[in-house]
Amino acid sequence: MSILVGKDTRVLVQGTGRAGTFHAERCIEYGTRVVAGVAPGKGGGTWLGKPLFDTVTAAVEATGAEATMIFVPAPGAADAVLEAAEAGLRLIVCITEGVPAQDMARAKPQVTARGARLIGPNCPGVITPGAAKLGIMPGYIHKPGRVGVVSRSGTLTYEAVWQLSSRGIGQSTCIGIGGDPIVGTSHLDALRLFQEDPDTDAVVLIGEIGGSAEEEAAAFVKASMTKPVAAFVAGGTAPPGKRMGHAGAIIAGGKGTAAEKKEALRAAGIAVAESPAEIGETMARLLKGA
Amino acid sequence: MKLHEYQAKGLLSQFGVPVPPGRVAATPQEAEEAARALATETVVVKAQIHAGGRGKGGGVKVVRGPAAAREAAQAILGMNLVTHQTGPGGRRVKRVLVEAGCAVERELYAGVVLDRARERPVLMASAQGGMDIEVVAARDPAAILKEWFDPGLGLHPFQARRLAYALGLAGEAATRAADLFVRLSGAFRVLDATLVEVNPMVVTLAGEVLALDAKLGLDDSALWRHQDLAKMRDLDEEEPTERRASDGGLSYVKLDGDIGCLVNGAGLAMATMDIIQHHGGTPANFLDVGGGATEAQVTEAFTIILEDPHVKAILVNIFGGILQCDVLAQGVVEAARKVSLGVPLVVRLEGTNVEQGRRILQESGLALQAATDMADAARKAVAASRGERKGRARRP
Repeated sequence: MSILVGKDTRVLVQGTGRAGTFHAERCIEYGTRVVAGVAPGKGGGTWLGKPLFDTVTAAVEATGAEATMIFVPAPGAADAVLEAAEAGLRLIVCITEGVPAQDMARAKPQVTARGARLIGPNCPGVITPGAAKLGIMPGYIHKPGRVGVVSRSGTLTYEAVWQLSSRGIGQSTCIGIGGDPIVGTSHLDALRLFQEDPDTDAVVLIGEIGGSAEEEAAAFVKASMTKPVAAFVAGGTAPPGKRMGHAGAIIAGGKGTAAEKKEALRAAGIAVAESPAEIGETMARLLKGA
Repeated sequence: MKLHEYQAKGLLSQFGVPVPPGRVAATPQEAEEAARALATETVVVKAQIHAGGRGKGGGVKVVRGPAAAREAAQAILGMNLVTHQTGPGGRRVKRVLVEAGCAVERELYAGVVLDRARERPVLMASAQGGMDIEVVAARDPAAILKEWFDPGLGLHPFQARRLAYALGLAGEAATRAADLFVRLSGAFRVLDATLVEVNPMVVTLAGEVLALDAKLGLDDSALWRHQDLAKMRDLDEEEPTERRASDGGLSYVKLDGDIGCLVNGAGLAMATMDIIQHHGGTPANFLDVGGGATEAQVTEAFTIILEDPHVKAILVNIFGGILQCDVLAQGVVEAARKVSLGVPLVVRLEGTNVEQGRRILQESGLALQAATDMADAARKAVAASRGERKGRARRP
């Protein structure tokens, strides 16, 4: 078992354009149970051998889908998230990059009110190694196991996962929570899930500059987490006031620096890797000590 | 995207926010005419650049009459204005805002931002107007009053009144200030702003409440629904290479170091800068080629990195996911042929199609050092930037 997704999770894909199709194929190859696509105006057709529906509700009624992966372009992404939440999906993974921040500020409370879990936007998605992936991460770098991974980044997560897998350390679930100022699932939310998951023994947390998600995660670890946590925070060399690629990666008004975040994480007893090349090694040491 | 003060005031006044009468001018002649159109004797001439601290740098002058306004504009236009926010290079002033002066009784602060922790907008107000809000926040956080609001509904009038009274305003001034707060929250929502700041917001001796200065930041991700605002972008205010990079679909930030970085993904790009520093080097830039980089983009990325004369070595760090290693490798080879590198190149590839990628690099005959992992890559790049060569180039 693991958190969020398993091999039996029935998954929709919203947005069946080039990116959606390419990644849905990779997910199906990995073993994800993709049951249908949603493409307004194309209902009744087929796509990758699966039925297409005009609306999420129709797709859910016909297939019993529980989760969705969203590739809808940014102007319609928040709408797609809301449609998925209203249709009763319990897990919504929004891969789309460039969603207006206020769209998410308006959408997130609606998603939460309906009891759905949103991952992203602007994220690589979520994978339970060896079982299923809802996202764009390369499947083969992962290895089934008992370490949870949560990260605001895409390729830096792959780097961390690769370091773990290369050392024989498998992962229970890896969650890319996304690089935007407002995301559906925070570091703190993910840690809570891993803490409650009987199949996760330890967690790797990868943060970056901007906001206070790492500080909030640190407070949770200090107060309630019994499992060991290793961390890395990217952006120690980032200048203030400049957006570093991700919409949320900016040191604003002198707040949100890597130094502050590392300090908060260390104060909570988290093992912080100073170099991004030492993420796997830091976790390996924690597991030996545990 | 940042806007100039005159643009911000123009937009805010469309939302009913009171601003001093005035006009933007690009020549001393226009400034004189703008001053003549004002009803007041006192005229304020303000440099329009995307940076704060203009007054201290000599970019704001308070004068009497149109002729003096012309002289002030003459002095400010074309000057290289250096403030604590421009960096030592300063900014060339192309326009001035010519405004009616007013007699100020009180200076206050009002600003709207998205509070990331609470995931909703917040209107902040303070009685300490005219000071940087970050300074107030650091010295006396209790002096900043906050009201959070629903991004769909905006600030409620009762919240706005609560702020106004808490600032010590009374009577008509309190009503006017509360009205201004509600209008700011409306502008923040409708414009998809990331920042609306009025500092100072003033109460005049005549009892008016005015936005004496205004700053507006817009959400780049929302510009597709604000074509009119997108046209207000002032390309001259942007770092030329950063502008070119963004035009080419690359995310680039120039730094002070000497090791150029070419990476896929923002997090990995930051981590690459960090590991360079960890091994004693200094990164010359942040550069994310993105998830679906083409050969043309990789070439453009190399060109941009090499335009920085401080670059003594280049570190390419790619973890193939969507961007496959063979595509990147092909891009590196083509780019290296086109732009003649001239500095040592260290390449670290991992991920999707890594074997094909390594083979393409190896068979290209390019003089590059292949690295086995991030630490190895950083060590080699740092050594190369110092003119050393650690070990022999390994087979990619």
